Amino acid sequence: MSTEKTLRSGSNLEKILKSGQFAFTGELGPPRGSDVDEVREKAKFLKGNVDSVNITDNQTAMVRMSSWAASLIAIQEGLEPNYQMVCRDRNRLAMQADILGGSALGIRNMLCLSGDHQKFGDHPDAKGVFDIDSIQLIAMVRQMRDEGKFLSGGDLHGAPKMFIGAASNPFADPFEWRVHRLAKKIAAGADFIQTQCIYNMEKFREFIRLANEEGLTENVYILAGVTPMKSVGMAKYMKNKVPGMDVPDDIIKRLQGVEKNQVSQEGINIACEQIEEFKTMKGVHGVHLMAIEWEHKVPEIAAQAKVLPRPQPE
Amino acid sequence: MIVAKRKPFAEIKAMLKGYKKVLNVGCGTCVSVCLAGGEREVAILNTEIEMTRKLDGEPIEIQGHTIERQCDREYLAELDSLIEEGKFDALMSMACGVGIQFLAERYPLIPTFPAVDTTGLAVNQAVGWYEERCRSCSQCVLGMTGGICPVTMCAKGLYNGPCGGTNKGNCEISSEQPCAWFKIYERLKGQNRLDSIKMINVARGWNDQTPRNLVQPGYKRPENMNR
Repeated sequence: MSTEKTLRSGSNLEKILKSGQFAFTGELGPPRGSDVDEVREKAKFLKGNVDSVNITDNQTAMVRMSSWAASLIAIQEGLEPNYQMVCRDRNRLAMQADILGGSALGIRNMLCLSGDHQKFGDHPDAKGVFDIDSIQLIAMVRQMRDEGKFLSGGDLHGAPKMFIGAASNPFADPFEWRVHRLAKKIAAGADFIQTQCIYNMEKFREFIRLANEEGLTENVYILAGVTPMKSVGMAKYMKNKVPGMDVPDDIIKRLQGVEKNQVSQEGINIACEQIEEFKTMKGVHGVHLMAIEWEHKVPEIAAQAKVLPRPQPE
Repeated sequence: MIVAKRKPFAEIKAMLKGYKKVLNVGCGTCVSVCLAGGEREVAILNTEIEMTRKLDGEPIEIQGHTIERQCDREYLAELDSLIEEGKFDALMSMACGVGIQFLAERYPLIPTFPAVDTTGLAVNQAVGWYEERCRSCSQCVLGMTGGICPVTMCAKGLYNGPCGGTNKGNCEISSEQPCAWFKIYERLKGQNRLDSIKMINVARGWNDQTPRNLVQPGYKRPENMNR
C-alpha cells in the first residue's frame, strides 16, 4: 500500500502519507453542549499545525456533540477531520447512513473503533449496541468504498470516499496477540493506524519490530500515539486507572525530578524526544498527538517537535 | 441452568398491594437449584409478606405451592383444581420468566406477578454463585473460540477480540471480570489452535431479534392449538 499511489479518498492525510512524508495529526473533543464556538476555539490552535484532526465520538462514553457534526464545523474552520466512529452507540443501519452522510458532506478520513464500554460514561446503564465490532466496521467501510456495496451486499449509489483508520494498542495484553490483531485490521481494510498513547518506548520498539518482521508496516501507515503529561497526577492516573495504558515509573520519576512549575514543560520535552525517535523509526509513518484538553498547547508542541510547517499537498 | 434472583421485597409488596388472597407458585427445577424460587424460598417469602401485611393492618392470605416445572403444561395442570377451589385474586410466580408467562397464560383471568428477576443461563461456580455463560444467540461460536463464549463473556460481545481495554487479563469494566478474549487466546494457544481466531470473523446476522420458535426435526406444531 505504501507503494501504491492511487488515492482512495483524496484526503490531505492520505496524500501526505502516500508521498512518504511524516504525518502529524491532532485531536479535538467535541463539547458537552451545542456551543459551536467551543469547537471553533479549539480548531484555531490546530489549524496549520496538523494534517488531520481526530474528532472523537462520545469519548469515554460521555455524551458530546456528535462527531460528524463537529467534523463539519472543523471543515468550516479549514481543518481536515478524521471522523471517529465507535461501535457502542449505533447499529449497522445508523453507521452506514452516517458514513454516507459524512462522505456526502466532505469527510474523507474515518477512524473505526469499538468504543469504551458505556459503563465508564455518564449513562452507565445505557444499552451498548456493538452490533458489529471494530474489525467488522473496517471491513464494512472498505466494502462500501471499494465494492460500492452495503454490508447486506446490496448496491449503493455513490461510494463513500474514506481513508480508513483503525486503532492499535500495543500495550494491552496478551502482548503477542497485538501484532496479530494489527494484521487482522489490515486484512479487514485499514489504510492507517493510530496507536494508543505510547510511554513505554521499549515495548513499542518491540511491537514495531514484530510488525516490521511480519511485513505489516509495508501494508499500512502507522501513526504513533503521543500524549504529553501535564502533571505527575496525570501520569499516575494514566498508570493506575486507565485500562491498557503502560506508563513506566521512569516517566513519573522524571516528572517528579523537576521544579513544580516545570512539570508540564518536562512532559512536552518527553513527548518531543519520543517524536524525534519516531521520525527515524522504521515502520512508523507519523505521529498522532492527543493533547487532551490541551489544544492550545499544540502550536508550541508542534514547533518544539520540529514538524512545522506542515506539507501542503496539491 | 436458568438462574434468577428474588426481586426487592418492596417491589413485590407493591405489586401485591390490594390483593387479599394470593397463591405463590414455586418451581422445582432451575430456580430451586439456584436458591431463588423453590419450595424453601416460597415459604420464606410468604412468611415475610404475611408479616408485613399484618403489621400494615392489611392482612393477606397467601398460600404456597411448588410444582416440578412451570415451563411444562403437564406439571402446571396439577394447579388447576387448587386454583379453581382457592378463588385467588392474584397469583405470584417464583419461576424464571418462561415459567411465569406459562402460568399467567394458563390462568388468563387472574393477575399473575413475578417474584424473581431472571438473570441468565449460568453455571454453578460455587454454592450460591452462578456465572452467566450463554445468551442463547442461536449461532454457537464455541468451536472457534475454544469453548468460551464471547457473546456472553465479553462486555462488548466482540467477535474479533481482545480489544485494547484488556487489563492484566481482565476486562476494562472491572478487575473482577476476566477478559473473555484473553481467556480464549490462552486456551487456543494451549491447544495450538490460534489460527482459529487469526482469521476475520465477519459480521453476522443476529438470529435473536424476533421471537424464536423451535420445532425439532420430525415434529410439527399441533394444528389448531390454542396459545
